[in-house]
Amino acid sequence: MNIVVCIKQVPDTSEIKINPETNTLMREGVKSIINPYDLHALEAAVAIREEIGARVTVLTMGPPQAEEALRDALSRGADAAVLLSDRAFAGADTWATSYTLAKAIEKLGADIIFCGKQAIDGDTAQVGPETAEFLKIPHISYVKKIEEIKNNKIKVHRMMDDGYDVVESSLPVLLTVVKDLNDPRYPSLKRMVTAKIADIVRMDKDAIGADEDSLGLRGSPTQVRNIFAPPVMTEKVMLEGSPEEQVESLIGKLREIKCL
Amino acid sequence: MPIVVKIETCNSCETCIESCPFDAIVLKDGKAFINEYCNACTTCLTVCPEGAIIDKPDTTARPAAATANLADYKDVMIFAEQRHGEVASVSYELLGEGRRLAEQLDAKLIVVLLGADEAAAQDLIRWGADKVILNTDKSYEQFNDDVYSEALYNIIEEYKPSIVLAGASAIGRSFIPRVAARLRTGLTADCTSLKIEPETRCLLQVRPAFGGNIMATIVCPDYRPQMATVRSKVMKKGKYDETRTGEIIKLSGAAISSATSVIEFVKEVSELSVDLHAAEVIVAGGRGAGEKGFKLLAELADVMGGVVGASRSAVDEGWVPYCHQVGQTGTTVTPKIYIACGISGAVQHLVGMQSSDIIIAINKNPEAPIFNVATYGIVGNMFDIVPQLISSIRNIKEN
Repeated sequence: MNIVVCIKQVPDTSEIKINPETNTLMREGVKSIINPYDLHALEAAVAIREEIGARVTVLTMGPPQAEEALRDALSRGADAAVLLSDRAFAGADTWATSYTLAKAIEKLGADIIFCGKQAIDGDTAQVGPETAEFLKIPHISYVKKIEEIKNNKIKVHRMMDDGYDVVESSLPVLLTVVKDLNDPRYPSLKRMVTAKIADIVRMDKDAIGADEDSLGLRGSPTQVRNIFAPPVMTEKVMLEGSPEEQVESLIGKLREIKCL
Repeated sequence: MPIVVKIETCNSCETCIESCPFDAIVLKDGKAFINEYCNACTTCLTVCPEGAIIDKPDTTARPAAATANLADYKDVMIFAEQRHGEVASVSYELLGEGRRLAEQLDAKLIVVLLGADEAAAQDLIRWGADKVILNTDKSYEQFNDDVYSEALYNIIEEYKPSIVLAGASAIGRSFIPRVAARLRTGLTADCTSLKIEPETRCLLQVRPAFGGNIMATIVCPDYRPQMATVRSKVMKKGKYDETRTGEIIKLSGAAISSATSVIEFVKEVSELSVDLHAAEVIVAGGRGAGEKGFKLLAELADVMGGVVGASRSAVDEGWVPYCHQVGQTGTTVTPKIYIACGISGAVQHLVGMQSSDIIIAINKNPEAPIFNVATYGIVGNMFDIVPQLISSIRNIKEN
């Protein structure tokens, strides 16, 4: 069985702050990490290998420095790592990213493809399902439990807004996973050593046979028009006085706007 | 690459590197260098003190893959989702928004409804739809990605809407991306505001990025339809008009066969579960509340007809279960009134509640960031304030 795990290197968004004077992001000292949901995807793949045997390939698209994330994934149990890197991939939105990943997965071959449910920087949750569409295979989103893999079929629990569905699919299939699925393991020391010197397979646009009109900024249907700081509440009113007075003026305000 | 650095002007000050939300600028041979992560958002252009970064006009023509006749795409379409036969509340909110956009575009508002009955379709018309495309076949009752994708794809190909909106629910977020991929068009997730740009008639789609640290305006100029998902409680419902009439177009036929199937549905209702989404009043506590504080907050929530929310640290301390957690890793909420007690206001919490109508912050520390998003701020001890508030509101309600 071949399993491909798609990962993304992201800035640790919980550490990002906004510079109130310039309204720009302050990224100094913010480290790059593997998207947290992708660690659960990787863990699921490694667990399947340990149970029924499989080859786990971790795949990422990004600039050369994304290699760091791949080595981290190798130290957490992946067997092989592929870096999709090409200047032509730059500025890809979810459509162009999914197209590119699908082209690479076609080359690699996969029975199961794992993705995290979303990346913490973009939070779109679109790349998994879009990649499955390009591969013309089924996908199941928000997987929180894998029940069994048998006779070329997989049975999983899919989280819904009001409970969960038990869903069965034939293979190949793409699964996007939530954190409830498992507890990712830490890198082992031994693996960290081998991951450091492991070969990383590099693929560019020619290696995956991609259509240039579908890549990067040029291939992306959506464009970022501008970015801006979230609006700050300007009409803030501080209520002064003793606790009794503060509560009294709050009640007054709430009655004024008919909230009480 | 349209964004380029004029090497001879760059003085290596690194201002742009910090400003880039996409981590796309690195120092290479002592000069700024734009790498593959660039999204052409042009933030760096505004911060460079030397004017060394420029947006090089794209001289190449529109991509060959772009939608051929943009003008053929006119109407606004909404995918109304149902679960167990009942139309989701987010669909009515989309109708309110869709109605507004359709009127601006002088276009029709078309709603797609799969697996529900004609009464539900009638109801959608009263909520603002001009046309409802309805398939009542049982094979659409259960949500299935392949089946829903195929059906919506075919409808979009036939009706050619300019805009397609869907709820950013478990269902919408799962299958709408497949439809966009197959249509070769753009999809913007979790939009918080949608506007028509007067000059181009393009849809301006605003969404939070970077865990809500910044907002981005996304456009899809060369491809149709322009697709977007919206979370529940973000848009306002339209007007219900008992007398409104419209057209119901019935599609017949069962769904395609699929490689996936739903074997069973398991409803999960824990007695601890709390509907933060639906609550109009949320009384939330943080590290400053403590276990004792949460008892008070529960009382306040009770008199105000609301529910209890919590910051991540309060949940980590075990004072309240996870289902109460508001924030990036919990639930995003937009109640009418959000009362934050003893919550300092970490970014991860703020992004989950800052769209509430009225935010009341009670905190001992006047410098707490929670006051930056507050409508009304009270610097003080919640153990003094909250009991007062409870008795005052109780008095009002009793009289």
